[in-house]
Amino acid sequence: MNTIAMKPVSVTNDVMPSNRSPKVVSRGVKVFYGEKEALHGVDLDIHEREVTALIGPSGCGKSTFLRCMNRMNDVVEGCRIEGKIAIDGDDIYDKRIDVVQLRARVGMVFQKPNPFPKSIYENVAYGPRIHGIAQGKEELDEIVETSLNRAGLWNEVKDRLDKPGTGLSGGQQQRLCIARAIAVSPEVILMDEPCSALDPIATAKIEELIDELRENFTIVIVTHSMQQAARVSQRTAFFHLGDLVEVGDTSQIFTNPKEERTQAYITGRFG
Amino acid sequence: MPAEHLVKRFDDELEKLDASISEMGGLAESQLAMALAALRERNSETAERVMKADNRVDELDRAVQNQVIRLLALRQPMANDLRLIVTSIKIASALERIADYAKNVAKRSLQIQTLTTPPLALNGVDRLGRLVQGLLKDVLDALSSKDDARARAVWKRDADIDDVYHSLVRELLTYMMEDARTISACTQLMFMAKNIERIGDHATNIAELLLFRWTGEEVVEERPRGTS
Repeated sequence: MNTIAMKPVSVTNDVMPSNRSPKVVSRGVKVFYGEKEALHGVDLDIHEREVTALIGPSGCGKSTFLRCMNRMNDVVEGCRIEGKIAIDGDDIYDKRIDVVQLRARVGMVFQKPNPFPKSIYENVAYGPRIHGIAQGKEELDEIVETSLNRAGLWNEVKDRLDKPGTGLSGGQQQRLCIARAIAVSPEVILMDEPCSALDPIATAKIEELIDELRENFTIVIVTHSMQQAARVSQRTAFFHLGDLVEVGDTSQIFTNPKEERTQAYITGRFG
Repeated sequence: MPAEHLVKRFDDELEKLDASISEMGGLAESQLAMALAALRERNSETAERVMKADNRVDELDRAVQNQVIRLLALRQPMANDLRLIVTSIKIASALERIADYAKNVAKRSLQIQTLTTPPLALNGVDRLGRLVQGLLKDVLDALSSKDDARARAVWKRDADIDDVYHSLVRELLTYMMEDARTISACTQLMFMAKNIERIGDHATNIAELLLFRWTGEEVVEERPRGTS
């Protein structure tokens, strides 16, 4: 027999093996924009306290799927969703679910930094205040400081908390938005191309931050940069034309993908 | 490879890398063939040619290194591209070592010319050399034709070479014990045999690298060993 025993090369060094229970479970998720079916039934588990990257060419459905997880698609006219998405077993499309509460559990950071036209302090304090998380001024101050610290921004802004958030640099604004998202202690943070409007240094800071945040949060990131997906995530899901083509450990997806389409995309043969 | 890259230059660079490796393979093969001929025919001229030609192999090895560094920096290759590029640099160093060993065999063939050499001992080294030559040829053919079955066959055959090598060493010891005047020559032959056996190991390494390149999996089976 002309065979030799071989095994896949394992380069997983940063996946926490202990905690692999799915935080978000989606089954048969279909999304329609009017008549057009944009997602054709996605089954994907998001593991707790890991970074899951969604990659794929423009129009593949990765952002659409991301937006299903905090029901951002509800506000899109003519958008209809089928299938099931559950966070810790709670069906988020259940009629009894309060969407405002859901978005406190599932925070979001967008492509373009979008701080409120308010002071740096107010940007972070707003969420905890409306959700009634802080008991008084002192506690609110503490949440603001902790959130800005976790977002790696505290030292840069502690002396000008009353200045407008819009006066910060692009990278600082994005970290402010991350601080705002984590101020309400979400369980899941969705990031929709959070670095595509930033320069390489600001990008590196956000990536470093993502790595720290995954100790406490479950993160799902949509990115156009495959190198970024490879760097920051533990799991990667590849979408194409509305299908989830392949999902696996990031190291496997980028060194030895199983599907022809994944291989062709990540090696730059179509897109 | 499934299809071309969107960036045409990337494909051009990969082709260039392939061309460098092919040239190195061809050179390593002919270096070994010439070194064995020099030994067999006691031909100093051929031996000198082998020693000179080694420069070109070293040059190509450096060229491959630079090409690989450039590709990694500029293209950030993934998946099969990444495996192709990373294995190229390792295959190049294996071929560079093979050419070095061939050069060493050529050098020793010069030294042996004036010494008392048992003809049968010379034949033994030549026989081992031809076996290894066949192995090297097969692995290079597997490389150019992307034939994984052939690469696996090479991997399995290294054990035969070990066997021949070990019996040759015993044979050489016998000659030395029989006639002390052959010790100088037989010692040289012993080193040559060792070098040739190492070439076989490198050819087997290349087979492993090719299997990894094509499948993304590494060989876990223990390499077949000779009987002694």
